[in-house]
Amino acid sequence: MTRWQITAGRVIDPAGGIDRVTDLFIADGRIVALDKAPEGFTADRVLEVPGQVVCPGLIDLSASLREPGFEHKASIASEAAAAAASGITTLCCPPDTDPVIDTPAVVDLISHRAAAVGLVRVRPLGALTQGLGGERLSEMAALKAAGCVGVTNLLWPIRDTQLLRHAMAYAATFDLTVFLHPDEPWLRGAGCIHEGEVSARLGITGIPEVSETVAVARDLALIAHTGVRAHFCRLSTAAAVGLVAAARADGLPVTADACAHQLHLTEIDVSDFDSAFHVLPPLRTQRDRDALRAAVADGTLDAVCSDHQPHEAEAKLAPLPETEPGISGLETLLPLTLRLVDDGLVELPDALARLTSGPAAVLGSEAGTLQPGRAADVCIFDPDRPWHLDPARLRSRGRNTPFAGWGFAPRVTHTLLGGELVHAMDENR
Amino acid sequence: MSASLQVDAAGRLRHFLDVEGLSRQQLIEIMDTAESFAGVGDRSVKKVPLLRGKTVVNLFFEASTRTRTTFELAAKRLSADVLNLNVSTSATTKGESLLDTLRNLEAMQADMFVVRHGESGAAHFVARHAAPHVGVINAGDGCHAHPTQAMLDMFTIRRVKGEFTPLTVAIVGDILHSRVARSQIHALNTLGVREVRVIAPQTLLPPHVEQLGVQVHHDIVEGVRDADVIITLRLQRERMDGRLLPSKHEYFQLYGLTESNLSTARPDAIVMHPGPINRGVELDSGTADGPRSVILQQVTHGIAIRMAVISMVMAGHAVEATA
Repeated sequence: MTRWQITAGRVIDPAGGIDRVTDLFIADGRIVALDKAPEGFTADRVLEVPGQVVCPGLIDLSASLREPGFEHKASIASEAAAAAASGITTLCCPPDTDPVIDTPAVVDLISHRAAAVGLVRVRPLGALTQGLGGERLSEMAALKAAGCVGVTNLLWPIRDTQLLRHAMAYAATFDLTVFLHPDEPWLRGAGCIHEGEVSARLGITGIPEVSETVAVARDLALIAHTGVRAHFCRLSTAAAVGLVAAARADGLPVTADACAHQLHLTEIDVSDFDSAFHVLPPLRTQRDRDALRAAVADGTLDAVCSDHQPHEAEAKLAPLPETEPGISGLETLLPLTLRLVDDGLVELPDALARLTSGPAAVLGSEAGTLQPGRAADVCIFDPDRPWHLDPARLRSRGRNTPFAGWGFAPRVTHTLLGGELVHAMDENR
Repeated sequence: MSASLQVDAAGRLRHFLDVEGLSRQQLIEIMDTAESFAGVGDRSVKKVPLLRGKTVVNLFFEASTRTRTTFELAAKRLSADVLNLNVSTSATTKGESLLDTLRNLEAMQADMFVVRHGESGAAHFVARHAAPHVGVINAGDGCHAHPTQAMLDMFTIRRVKGEFTPLTVAIVGDILHSRVARSQIHALNTLGVREVRVIAPQTLLPPHVEQLGVQVHHDIVEGVRDADVIITLRLQRERMDGRLLPSKHEYFQLYGLTESNLSTARPDAIVMHPGPINRGVELDSGTADGPRSVILQQVTHGIAIRMAVISMVMAGHAVEATA
């Protein structure tokens, strides 16, 4: 295995409180030292990265890979390449596959294909209920044994609150984290965009803020009651962030994330019926967006994720309410998150914490740090190498992005996975 | 937003998708053009040769009798060939089939699509993806817009009342689900009426409705006080299932147009309804057939307005083609 000396970069390891220009040494797929080479170390390759940032490989808490079942949208191979090019070294894939991830066989299938591709560590989330049907508990112990890092029912409704309570209690029994997508199904109804000024004008059924807050309030009570470890996914409203912050202040050990596009877009963006902005949870008000940004800055939100949902072109070619929600987000995760640094809301190490140590803590993972002894998953990016997003040049098979034409400053130059180079920037791309 | 999609740089209509985004001048031009067509139906030969050789496709994804028929008559009176397509939407691949349907019709050299669809934004979608030589007219999209209905209502108001600026207009009923109401509100505000009011229980009003430029009333007697025009909206059957309203009986008591509920309106106030009427729900027969009612004039005016819009959009494309 290659022995690396990564030299002259600004090494930022939020977990270790490190932020200085120094050298990083890698051998046998692991970080072996910082600052000074261990005795007897000779590098096979020296990577000089002056002016660049060297940080732990990014951890994305949600990226749909579409395999098995939706290979017309994307594949594990295509999306793993997109992740590697984006500095992501660990990603959680949700169980929105066909068949859903509710048996060890599906976990094994995904793990084997991901291992064969080898560009990113894929950590499946299992289904909380069989088939995501919301009626019968999944075999959570078996799912955990097969490698699932948590269980979730995504946005598939569990209408029976007693069943949700039992699901949490059962997950707690096996020390599994439950990933909750707070959404009260009756209140969401046939809603498609945020219920507010824009939905009133466009005549599109709205999803009210209370569909999220009612669910968060109910879930918090059930978390306290069952003692399950829980993570709130994709919070979209200021009020929900407030509820989670208050619960944490009361000592409830819950974590939460938002997705990167929610930090930049609002309901106003859908006022032209542009299906590229059709996402779930919906884009909310500017007030909500500002609260999410503040919560990322102050750590109320532990992680920012891509909520990557690649689609074929046809999925978005219909009147807005009939289109499939979701954004192809892997390749904008880092630049969108770091925009908060440019906007003066957060320091770079704290922003990187939401992409590394924060999600690592949610997963209880050893990844997300450059501490000696850990796997050498490293992201190296140039913080000031401007580029424009051209959907045709995305590596993901999903070209469904609302950020076409946006200019970004940071660009990933190298990604190392377990000490192997899995991405090096192509100057011509 | 839609302004750029439906209006070219010179201010000509390329498509007619939405009242929102059009200027007062443009709305007046539509009504003036309709005025010039209003007499055509009274002649013995009810045709003008304006669109000879052009093909207008009525693309209706939702059932409609009145709107489709008046669009058909309007196009025929302009001497266009008319194709009526009632497309039922397949549950699985609606979006694909809509786009495929468009491509097929374009291949048949259609010049104009008149689109009615159950989803808001459908006409915008069609306009965005149609070939450049094809004009698109929105005949109702979801709960979003029904601009020709709104314009025929404005035309009717202008013919009866003359001026818009002194008028107080009250719209009664299911604003939440009404594409007609949304287009009327935009049109009335653009034409500069003194006040637009909406009258409904909270369950039939969209949140933030006041942002559309309306005063909100829950009590009809207060809401129609000194109003010059009272528009009542059709209440769809599925709204009466007990989730939004307890019963049609209570709705009629509280929001039905009856002489007693209209007692505070101006003596010369007119009553309008986009049809079809549910007698005994939105209004009683005495009001529907009474001296205040202009409901049948609305239907007649629908043909003139649709002739105006079809000819203007077709002309917008003719100019583009020669340029």
